[in-house]
Amino acid sequence: MKSYFSELFRGAWSLILGLKVTIKAMFSPIVTCQYPREKLEITPNYRGHIDLVKFADTGTHKCISCGSCMRECPSDCIVVEGEKREGVKGKVCVVFNLDFTKCSLCGACVEVCPTKTLDYSNDYELAGYERANFHFDLLKRVEERE
Amino acid sequence: MEIFNSLLPELIRIVVCAVCGAVIVFGNALVMGYAERKLAGRIMLRPGPMEVGFHGLYQLVVDGLKLMGKQLVIPVNADKPLYMLAPLLAFAPVFVPLLVLPFSEKIQGFDLDIGMLVILAFASINVLAILIGGWSSNNKYSLFGAIRSVAQNVAYEIPMLISLLAIVFMTNTFSLKEIAAAQSPVWFVVIQPLAFLIYIVAMVAETNRAPFDLPEAESELTAGFHTEYSGMSFSLFVLGEYANMFIVCSVATVFFLGGSSGIPLPFFEYTGIVWFLMKVYLLMFFLVWIRWTYPRTRFDQLMNFCWKYLIPFSLVNLLITVVMVKLV
Amino acid sequence: MSMDIEVLEDSSHHRYVLNMGPQHPSTHGVLRVLLELEGEYAMHLLPVLGYGHRCHEKIAEFKPAKSFMPNTARMDYLGALIYNHGFAQLLEKAVGIEVPERAEYIRVITSELNRIQSHLLWYGAYLLDLGAFTPIMYAFDDREHILDILEDVTGSRLTYCYFRVGGVSKDIDEKFVTKTRAFIDRLRSRYSLYETLVNGNVILENRLNDVGDLNPHTCNRYGITGPLLRGTGVAYDIRRAEPYSIYSQFDFEIPTATKGDCMASFMVRFRELEQSLRIIEQALDGLPEGPVMAAKVPKKLNIPAGDYNSSVESPRGELSFYLVSDGTDVPYRLKVRTPSYSNLSVVPEMCQGMLISDVVSAMGALDLVIPEIDR
Repeated sequence: MKSYFSELFRGAWSLILGLKVTIKAMFSPIVTCQYPREKLEITPNYRGHIDLVKFADTGTHKCISCGSCMRECPSDCIVVEGEKREGVKGKVCVVFNLDFTKCSLCGACVEVCPTKTLDYSNDYELAGYERANFHFDLLKRVEERE
Repeated sequence: MEIFNSLLPELIRIVVCAVCGAVIVFGNALVMGYAERKLAGRIMLRPGPMEVGFHGLYQLVVDGLKLMGKQLVIPVNADKPLYMLAPLLAFAPVFVPLLVLPFSEKIQGFDLDIGMLVILAFASINVLAILIGGWSSNNKYSLFGAIRSVAQNVAYEIPMLISLLAIVFMTNTFSLKEIAAAQSPVWFVVIQPLAFLIYIVAMVAETNRAPFDLPEAESELTAGFHTEYSGMSFSLFVLGEYANMFIVCSVATVFFLGGSSGIPLPFFEYTGIVWFLMKVYLLMFFLVWIRWTYPRTRFDQLMNFCWKYLIPFSLVNLLITVVMVKLV
Repeated sequence: MSMDIEVLEDSSHHRYVLNMGPQHPSTHGVLRVLLELEGEYAMHLLPVLGYGHRCHEKIAEFKPAKSFMPNTARMDYLGALIYNHGFAQLLEKAVGIEVPERAEYIRVITSELNRIQSHLLWYGAYLLDLGAFTPIMYAFDDREHILDILEDVTGSRLTYCYFRVGGVSKDIDEKFVTKTRAFIDRLRSRYSLYETLVNGNVILENRLNDVGDLNPHTCNRYGITGPLLRGTGVAYDIRRAEPYSIYSQFDFEIPTATKGDCMASFMVRFRELEQSLRIIEQALDGLPEGPVMAAKVPKKLNIPAGDYNSSVESPRGELSFYLVSDGTDVPYRLKVRTPSYSNLSVVPEMCQGMLISDVVSAMGALDLVIPEIDR
């Protein structure tokens, strides 16, 4: 009989304590962010899909079409093609495609790149209606970027 | 013609009552729907609806429009007439209790001698609606929800009634107006705190709200009895739920919190409604508050709690009340 | 599967079958459980797997072992770094690469942060299963801080691919240390909130006590590890039993409980938060300077023929990578022993005769991560 009442009171007290926690929360500041209206600052270390770096000294990327990234990629999502051109030392990159639907963001390509021309973009608002939206032509992207 | 003349005021009265009832039901659903989502948001440290209108004020209106525009999906194997009947049955009876509630001294549809019985009788039709809805959906989850709801509501109606009976013995009437008027110096919540507590617990269970929301236990039964309902038929259930909340809270206000009594305002016979609604919404706030605080109880524990604690306590309370009434 | 249903339906007239999942709010993914019910009591349970199977083990047999690293993160999205750790360690063991000390410290710190993150998510999601909607928001509030900290150093928020064979891909900085220390203080200050709102709640106690009883013997038979095993009183933790990395240098307890029910594993998990914080604190204090990658990691990682094993303690239990090599850089076979898979196998026995509500709480206590089961 004694435990009958003591249990009841203990239970009721724990419920009251719970109510106290939530009422306190009701008057504490909001911690969320209204996403499309306000955006949180994203860390520069964020690793989005890869992008070619535009170097300030040359005004363009430094890809030599060595194909290391293509070979290193575990998911085969990079296609690089280069061609010999007269008057230019080495190969000139003519195709650099990334199939982002397959990419698992491991970063192997960035680490293996001998000219450090690959880097992660900070682009995280990626949404599209079809797969083709995620087949990036990185050469075009680097030209379009200022 | 003479009959018509004598009936005319009654007819007008009925029409006015029906219109007011509809306003209360829909207005209450809008207010509570918005308040519930906002309060839930605040408890969870997020702002709640913010997009439609100033601080999401029109969110519920838009939601209602959306639900109206939705297709009514009827499962192939459902019992069609019953399936369509259930939401109506959940929604329609909520108007009757509103007619007998004394919102203030003068604002009351009909002052019946059996006001309390009318309210309790019509409020329990909701269970039937849930049972029919769950059964006719031909879905196992719905059926579980329905069965749980029936067991729970039948069990919790007992302590609810007994706790109210204690008040009835004290006031010697079933008329809600007289019960409210009987609390002029002290509210019954002071004299009958135990009955009040029992009523509050039973009230939460009656309206199928967390922590007793077993009929629609989301993580167990997906959506319980309304798993198969969509569009307007679903929203009728929701409207019914909010209206039921309003009714049980009003009953608590009338029986324990002195009805429309409070600090007198000008034209108090009418303006008492302000106090009345304030008390009702305070209780509703409490319902929302506990919903977003506690985990869900288990079914057998819920029943245990009713049979082991609520019913014995309410009986003891009733007994003491009867003895005291006899002695005093 | 339809045959199974018929068999179950035929077995008795008043029993019937309820399909819980693959889309059900409390299975957290695409797990399907067939429940044979008598009233609300589950008399027979049959977990059906394979809805999210992606052949990760087979994929490993077709590419250089080192390229498998991102796949490990996809198996258990909540313990991605710990999976990274196990796999990196396996290859280091096989090839014989010495990991610099600083890298080991970073691995431990980030792994433990990952473990806390996983426990916090479990905590919230479990309470959601039990019908409490608010605690998940509080837990996510805390968890978000970990994600921010880890995002800053690893670059991603969930499926990290941060560890490399021979070290880690990026060094941590002063900012990381201050933020982590701030987080430790923050989480410690939040214990009382969780304790009053959730752990002491009478409804929760009633939901968890004496539900899903396990004993060490049952755990042995099914190979159950992790907090569930520790909840039965066996202080078995790979970090202590076969210390890997630098865990032997740290002073931490292994929380245990004795009853073996859901409440026991619940409390074990909750108390593990503090132990992980202690490890992080000690690691931050003793963080040495130096490189974070081994000096010589061959480009082509030829694994000498033989078989290798590496075990780590994931948030859900013992995780083992077992690799058989034929001498090339592509594994001949890679077997992953995931804790959730073994833990799930006990469900038919543990949940027999339970109410549906209890099945939900018992399965929640297993902390299942379905992609880890269907890897």
